[in-house]
Amino acid sequence: MSAVGASRWRNPSALPGFGLSLGFTLFYLSVIVLIPIAALIIRPWSAGFSGFWHVLSDPRVLAALRLSFGGAAIAALINAITGPIIAWVLVRYSFPGKRILDALIDLPFALPTAVAGIALSTLYSTNGWLGEPLSHLGIRIAYTPAGVVLALTFIGLPFVVRTIQPVLTDLSREPEEAAATLGATRFQTLTRVVLPSLMPALLTGATLAFARAVGEYGSVIFIAGNIPAVSEIAPLLIIVKLEQYDYAGAAAIGVIMLAASFVLIFALNLLQNWIGERR
Amino acid sequence: MRRRYPTQDHPLLRIGLTAVAVGVIGLFLLFPLATVFSEALSKGIAAAWEALKEPDARSAIRLTLLVAAIAVPLNAVFGIAASWAIAKFDFRGKQFLTTLIDLPFSISPVVSGLIYVLIFGLQGWFGDSLRDANIKIIFALPGIVLATVFVTFPFVARELIPLMTDQGRDEEEAATSLGASGWQTFLHVTLPNIKWGLLYGVLLCNARAMGEFGAVSVVSGHIRGLTNTMPLHVEVLYNDYQYVGAFTIASVLALLAIVTLVLKSLLEWRYADEIAATHRH
Repeated sequence: MSAVGASRWRNPSALPGFGLSLGFTLFYLSVIVLIPIAALIIRPWSAGFSGFWHVLSDPRVLAALRLSFGGAAIAALINAITGPIIAWVLVRYSFPGKRILDALIDLPFALPTAVAGIALSTLYSTNGWLGEPLSHLGIRIAYTPAGVVLALTFIGLPFVVRTIQPVLTDLSREPEEAAATLGATRFQTLTRVVLPSLMPALLTGATLAFARAVGEYGSVIFIAGNIPAVSEIAPLLIIVKLEQYDYAGAAAIGVIMLAASFVLIFALNLLQNWIGERR
Repeated sequence: MRRRYPTQDHPLLRIGLTAVAVGVIGLFLLFPLATVFSEALSKGIAAAWEALKEPDARSAIRLTLLVAAIAVPLNAVFGIAASWAIAKFDFRGKQFLTTLIDLPFSISPVVSGLIYVLIFGLQGWFGDSLRDANIKIIFALPGIVLATVFVTFPFVARELIPLMTDQGRDEEEAATSLGASGWQTFLHVTLPNIKWGLLYGVLLCNARAMGEFGAVSVVSGHIRGLTNTMPLHVEVLYNDYQYVGAFTIASVLALLAIVTLVLKSLLEWRYADEIAATHRH
């Protein structure tokens, strides 16, 4: 029997180990996650709200935040367009090499970000495999904000594809058949029947990709060029401030990023509830 | 011409969409991977081998293995404990606790490193007392381990919680009612049921632990031969224009990623019913 007596906040159980497992869980969670996050939240206020505001109103900080959030939004949008196409092709069509393509989708999850960063930077530099032909067209990607968006798109892609794929696999074809029987063109069926049923998954995937991209560091800094106020992302600015021993400044930017994380977690929970209600 | 089935796409649309998908995956995912290996071997395989034998590279590999060897078991034990509590018992605040466990996934890697600097760094909460006691946490092994534990925190738990919840508690209750102790029940009943899921979580946890860059970068101090993990050593070499060296270490990490993906696909294919994460990430 359980060592901890049944109390009002939990139902009685015949299994042992509740106190031990929950106790360890809460202890470990507090030490590793909760207390350090609390340390971040209280840090920037040492100079009051005006000190906090002073850090954030610096044009360099504003530009970095704009790039991190704006770049993540553009990248999520690009993935919201290519992601469903890739998921559709992988679920509905069959062709040789499909399994390998499917496995490759997870590459940005598995490849260490620094490796992705130097690879993308080399690939898109003016003498790289892709950067050179692009430079003849007058397009420069490496060391510009476009490079930041490219790296953020790279790391966000699997979130969208992998969120849509299972929904598409489980999607019944009957509504499509019904639409076709009722005289809809294939295009109408795709845009008015299939796409709406993918919408919650698409939104969830794009939000996950956005959340990941806002805080992304390793895959971006090599290709970005890191020119202050032009191609410098917010996480890098945190490191710059730490190197100058400006802990309060670093913490102020960190608190903004943390607040964004909380908002996104909340948004994702709302999305989950919405999906739950639709079922 | 044979009529298409009404839910089949027009051949042109089919070819067009497949071309887009293959193009995006090829240019966007395969090209970077190929670049890593081609740059590593650009001066021949001997140069790459030399780069691997270099003492700083060796020490980076050792440090990465050591950090993963500490962080992964810690998070595996935590994952088992958390999923035991959450899946086998009913209590209030369960959903909130699960959200808190997932929290590190939503936080920027740089912020994950920053939080420990604010506590243990020179100007942090314990900065003065740690310096007086001559204990180094930031710019040393403990800081690197802490940051790695943080970013890999949810991997095992988020795999095991849904898996053990799905499996219910009937088997465990039967075992205890027949007189098995808690540990016996866990070892002989629960563990065999969750072993593939646990392996799946550990696999992903390990890949991230060995490849983590941002969080470790904040707490490491980049001391060559001392506090550089493999990803950090890649950065140092790359910024030093030692491209062969940088891409050689990078290809070892890329190989690790490929092996991880292959094992992950194998587990998903072979033991789809015994792991929970087949549909999630």
